[in-house]
Amino acid sequence: MNFPILSSLILLPTIGALFILFTKSSSIKYQSSKYVALFISLANFLLSLYLWYVFDRNSVDFQFVENREWLSGFINYKVGIDGISILFVILITFITPICIISVNATITNRLKDFLIAILIMETFMIGVFCSLDLVVFYLFFEAGLIPMFLIIGIWGGERRVYSAFKFFLYTLLGSVLMLVAIISIYWITGTTDVEKLYELGIKAEYQNLLWLAFFSSFAVKTPMWPVHTWLPDAHVEAPTVGSVLLAAILLKMAGYGFIRFSLGLFPIASENFTMLVYILSLIAIIYTSLVALMQEDMKKLIAYSSVAHMGFVTLGIFTMTQQGIEGSIFQMISHGLVSAALFLSVGVVYERHHTRLINRYGGLVSIMPRYAIVFMVFTLGALGLPGTTGFIGEFLILMGAFEKNILVAMIASLGVILGAAYMLWLFKRVVFGEMNNQELKSMKDLKTFEIITLSALVIPILFFGFYPEPLMNSIEASVENTLNMYNFDLINYLASKN
Amino acid sequence: MENFQYILPEIFISIAIMLFLLVGVFKKNSSNLIYSLSTISLVILLALIINLSSLDKIYLFNSSYKIDNLSNYMKIILVGSGVFVMLTGSKYIQVINLNKIEYPILILSSILGMMIMISSNDLIVFYMGLELQSLALYVLASFNRDNLLSTESGLKYFVLSALSSGLLLYGCSLIYGFSESTNFDQILINSTEFNYGTTFGIVFILVGLAFKISAVPFHMWAPDVYQGSPTSVTLFFAILPKIAALSVFIKFLYTPFANMNDQWQTIIVFISIASMIFGAVAAIGQKNLKRLIAYSSISHMGYALAGLSTVSNQGIQSSITYISIYLVMNLAFFSCLFMLKRNDKYYENIEDLSGLSKKHPILSLSLLIVLFSLAGIPPLAGFFAKFYVFLAVIEQSMYFLAIVGLLATVVAAFYYLRIIKIIYFDPEKEEYETSHNLGLKITLAISTIFILAYFIYPSSITEIVSKITMI
Repeated sequence: MNFPILSSLILLPTIGALFILFTKSSSIKYQSSKYVALFISLANFLLSLYLWYVFDRNSVDFQFVENREWLSGFINYKVGIDGISILFVILITFITPICIISVNATITNRLKDFLIAILIMETFMIGVFCSLDLVVFYLFFEAGLIPMFLIIGIWGGERRVYSAFKFFLYTLLGSVLMLVAIISIYWITGTTDVEKLYELGIKAEYQNLLWLAFFSSFAVKTPMWPVHTWLPDAHVEAPTVGSVLLAAILLKMAGYGFIRFSLGLFPIASENFTMLVYILSLIAIIYTSLVALMQEDMKKLIAYSSVAHMGFVTLGIFTMTQQGIEGSIFQMISHGLVSAALFLSVGVVYERHHTRLINRYGGLVSIMPRYAIVFMVFTLGALGLPGTTGFIGEFLILMGAFEKNILVAMIASLGVILGAAYMLWLFKRVVFGEMNNQELKSMKDLKTFEIITLSALVIPILFFGFYPEPLMNSIEASVENTLNMYNFDLINYLASKN
Repeated sequence: MENFQYILPEIFISIAIMLFLLVGVFKKNSSNLIYSLSTISLVILLALIINLSSLDKIYLFNSSYKIDNLSNYMKIILVGSGVFVMLTGSKYIQVINLNKIEYPILILSSILGMMIMISSNDLIVFYMGLELQSLALYVLASFNRDNLLSTESGLKYFVLSALSSGLLLYGCSLIYGFSESTNFDQILINSTEFNYGTTFGIVFILVGLAFKISAVPFHMWAPDVYQGSPTSVTLFFAILPKIAALSVFIKFLYTPFANMNDQWQTIIVFISIASMIFGAVAAIGQKNLKRLIAYSSISHMGYALAGLSTVSNQGIQSSITYISIYLVMNLAFFSCLFMLKRNDKYYENIEDLSGLSKKHPILSLSLLIVLFSLAGIPPLAGFFAKFYVFLAVIEQSMYFLAIVGLLATVVAAFYYLRIIKIIYFDPEKEEYETSHNLGLKITLAISTIFILAYFIYPSSITEIVSKITMI
């Protein structure tokens, strides 16, 4: 494979952004910029689908690897994908055009800048999931803060400044320790190349501290309880599209990081800290579900539900079972689709009625029947009804958990019930019930572009809910390989200890 | 006499200074002419230094003067940034009526002093260079003599700087007394045994140098001088003396005091940590951009010193890389500051940036890039500067320094973000003038593109710097 397909995937959005930056758009609405952005992001989506098509599902190696000398010979620019990362790449390239189409509704000022920010963001996010070098990973991981900070800060709601700062500083604080760990790894092993590190392994004595440093970064980004508080703020204040990006893509970076780095590089430490992750995940699942129940703001409710869902993800990853990890990856993809869809749905009513308070709505089913249907699909997806993607993820995670620790699995199962409670209650209060508020009568049903974006999300949620095979198929070999390496390292360690 | 070809740059600039002084005295209204001539002579000077840069190591004048890779590189970035300082400030000094013949001449003499400092290999030569640059800087700081703040800053700088020079001189005399030589290499040979006299000498010299580089706890002058001086002089202060002082730091620590690293390492680590934390915390409450950049430069010097504290070539190289990137970021920041002009008045408060992004998208974008780079966020150049330093620090297993330093970057990120917030999130104010002189635009464009595109080829500086080895 000579054509640098991954680098083109990473760079294409930036080229589009530069193009938009340097061309003058004649109309005030920047229609042409929008078409450019849409075109670029769709091209990227097609490119990633092509990538999926030519991707060898049975191979456990990284594919499409590019390795270039970059930092005076000791750190290389290395990208490549395996079965796990390719799904995330497709998720990103799929969500981005949807965001660009939805821009219409929510962004009124400085549309051009917004499009540039989204495209730059896409570059960084794809980079995160493709990078096979720790420094390159860190670079992309951190760089994503800049566009997101601006998206929340410029186009956000009333408390946007507070939220943007909180988002930025929380994640930066978590990440700097990871940088120390990455540099330490370089001096301990002489490389930051992930593939080489998998082979070399890191000495057991260093693993605990390094694991904690990585954990501090991923825990903030996931977000795990108790460092999740930036998320509701960021979600509530961000514009709809910002929330979509945040929920669908940004939160997945940490889950991916756990699988790729925490499990892959520090197996012994991961085993040591399993209980810690279980406890934090369980608190996240139960506590934030309860918090979500009491929310009056729709976006905040969905934000807290995201924390709970990510709790399932971390739980699944650290069960260290085939089902658990596959379930976590599936859950992340599913949550990426469902939460994006939920935020878009909230955006739809917010744009019409300019409030996100749940008690200001009611009885939407009679005036917006189409909206009621799609919203129902997303609600059911979020609570994990069989037949939607949400079910498969949660089911597999719980299966993995039962295998390892029945108590943990039982407590986590409570979260499923709570999830159903807050989602259904939200749906009931917004869509059913009596229409007390007369102003609602004037609300129109979905517009064309909303139908396009929302149905684009309904299809994969239902399709992969009934037929998860294409996704499972692509992650299976890679997960198995990760687990094999993990168990191999662990057994060696235990053998050497005895 | 055959040695003179090697100090041709110094001779050239000395002659140029005297010549311009004569021209200025005998020709009326020649300030513009001298300003241009000075800029051109700096460019020629740069060419002369680059011409010499293939030399590996040469001792001149009874080993009191040394030209090596370190001095060549430092002189190149020194004079190079001097050219850009002249280019960016030309309009500014005309507008605020400072366009006098002394201004460029003082800058040139100060640069001459710094060049001597950088190349010195002897305590006396070093001190001469230091005083030459300092005397010129005292006058430059108070150059806007009708302005109370400027006069105050000049006086403050003079008093404190004289004090530190005194300490430095006392340290030099102690070193001379105990090692029986003023020559750096000879001191190294003679000071193999531990004695308190030499240790005290090192401490005094480090105090003096820390003052010049404005590292905590000898930073008190920096905020006032930065704020009070005319902006073009502040830019000069923010870059050139730091380059000179850092190279002298490297020289002292790794030539005469190389055997005594157990004596000075802790001091440097302390100064470094204190500067990083203090600079980050104190900048939070600032309202004036120049004052803020003063605190920011204090913390940046902390990072540069962190590299020096490692006692390794990697560390020295990382410090030099750091200061190279730091100077580009400062050039870019001050170029933006020079663009905040309305009706012949320059604005320098943070509030004046409010909502800048609506009317001046390109300027705001440049500021955004510069500020994120100063905060050390990847993929901008500032990140790589910090990355190299921490790479060297962690190589020596100095984890405490690394973690404190990186946590300080989070604190520092807060005040850079605050400026970005004001530029991008706050309501807009009156428009600024959009016509600027070419030199300013070019400087801003070059420096911003450098910061932005550094990640494409991040070894560019490291490869040059890797020739500089002290151990």
